Amino acid sequence: MTHLYKLNGYNIVLDTASGSVHSVDDVAYDAISMYNDCSKQQIAEFITSKYPDVSEADVEDVLADVAELKADGKLFSEDKYKPNVDALAKRDPVIKALCLHVAHTCNLDCAYCFAAQGKYHGQRVLMSYEVGKRALDFLVENSGTRHNLEVDFFGGEPLMNFDVVKRLVAYARSIEGERGKRFRFTLTTNGMLLDDDVIDFANREMDNVVLSLDGRKEVNDRFRKTVGGVGSYDIIVPKFQKFVKARGDKSYYMRGTFTHNNVDFTNDIQTMLDLGFDQLSMEPVVCPPSDPYALTEEDKPELFRQYERLAQMMIERKTQGKPFTFYHYMLDLEAGPCIYKRISGCGSGTEYLAVTPTGELYPCHQFVGNKDYLMGDIYEGIKRADIRDKFKRCNAYSRKECEDCWARLYCSGGCAANAYNATGDINGVYGYGCDLFRKRIECAIMLKVDEYAKSGQKE
Amino acid sequence: MKRIVTLKTRDLDASRNNGGCGECQTS
Repeated sequence: MTHLYKLNGYNIVLDTASGSVHSVDDVAYDAISMYNDCSKQQIAEFITSKYPDVSEADVEDVLADVAELKADGKLFSEDKYKPNVDALAKRDPVIKALCLHVAHTCNLDCAYCFAAQGKYHGQRVLMSYEVGKRALDFLVENSGTRHNLEVDFFGGEPLMNFDVVKRLVAYARSIEGERGKRFRFTLTTNGMLLDDDVIDFANREMDNVVLSLDGRKEVNDRFRKTVGGVGSYDIIVPKFQKFVKARGDKSYYMRGTFTHNNVDFTNDIQTMLDLGFDQLSMEPVVCPPSDPYALTEEDKPELFRQYERLAQMMIERKTQGKPFTFYHYMLDLEAGPCIYKRISGCGSGTEYLAVTPTGELYPCHQFVGNKDYLMGDIYEGIKRADIRDKFKRCNAYSRKECEDCWARLYCSGGCAANAYNATGDINGVYGYGCDLFRKRIECAIMLKVDEYAKSGQKE
Repeated sequence: MKRIVTLKTRDLDASRNNGGCGECQTS
């Protein structure tokens, strides 16, 4: 399968199964688009009439190049990976990442929060050190030969249980050597409790921090309010600026959510840039379509324009010597994921699990509180192997709709929680999310093509 | 000027043999 599109002055051809990316001129673009449906004569007649300067010999040269790429498996290549999916599903599962819910409580009251103000539709509760320690032991015990293990401190607001976070990191560091593991910690915070102690600790121990800010003050404060109903912008922005400045070259993400109320989200990106942040992520809100802030079909064309504008902003800022990154546009074409990663997705329910403050195990943070997806606990392990097996087989090859999608090896079937929330089935398809994802990938690859064009680098 | 420029990309087919170590970051 191939995908052809034009964006920002570039003609781009993607080959799904091989992962190849081609930047082509107008003649090659037309030739490739007609290649499988028309005879050489028909292609030559069409192109020579459309482009008077192009001769039949030129068309023959292009068609020869296309045939060579096809023979090399870089164009119209066959998807041969289905057997690998079956083999992956038969592997003994190992767990390599935990989302540690150290606090099912929050000091903000964000209306759009999927975690229902951090409580996940349950009681306010903090994880004890003993539960957290057992969770880390559970991770090590079930990680097989994996060396790199990941733990995200999540909530609610994890800094409401900061002492336990510090003790758990110290414990993990104390067992790394003897167990032959390396822990990679991340922290997701709303910033309200950031102080010098937290900043020093996070900059020493956290490989990445995710900082929640929605952009413009009026946008942020529409949803991200304190429990008392006060907007959080003026409280958190100075703290985030201090944090990021102290962080040096360590990674962070300023992560916002956009809704129906701010489909012009590049203005929020601009606000983040103006505030001095340059590692950014803006995500579409995920909520029932009946919510007043849910994204609508009418919003989609504008969102597509916004994603294109964002890509152009990145090109302009890079030219000006003020580059910034956007999470979804960070593709590494040469050192990106292998085919096994691309067909196994994010690993939810198999190698990535969420742990509640009382030690229950769920497929990921978005399923926490849904008892249908309670998989077991950190003391007795996985009791619902049927849930794990279902997630093992949840990927781009488990959905009929993905068979005809050129982006399936970039998303691996997408987010199981989004599919479940949209359709009631983790193997369903959240079509709106697919449309946005495809647009983001088109923009991300265009940025790579632009980079190559300007560097003169080619194969 | 070439009409088709192919960018360097990881060979996904070859990664069936040189991939799958599982040490990469969880998305």
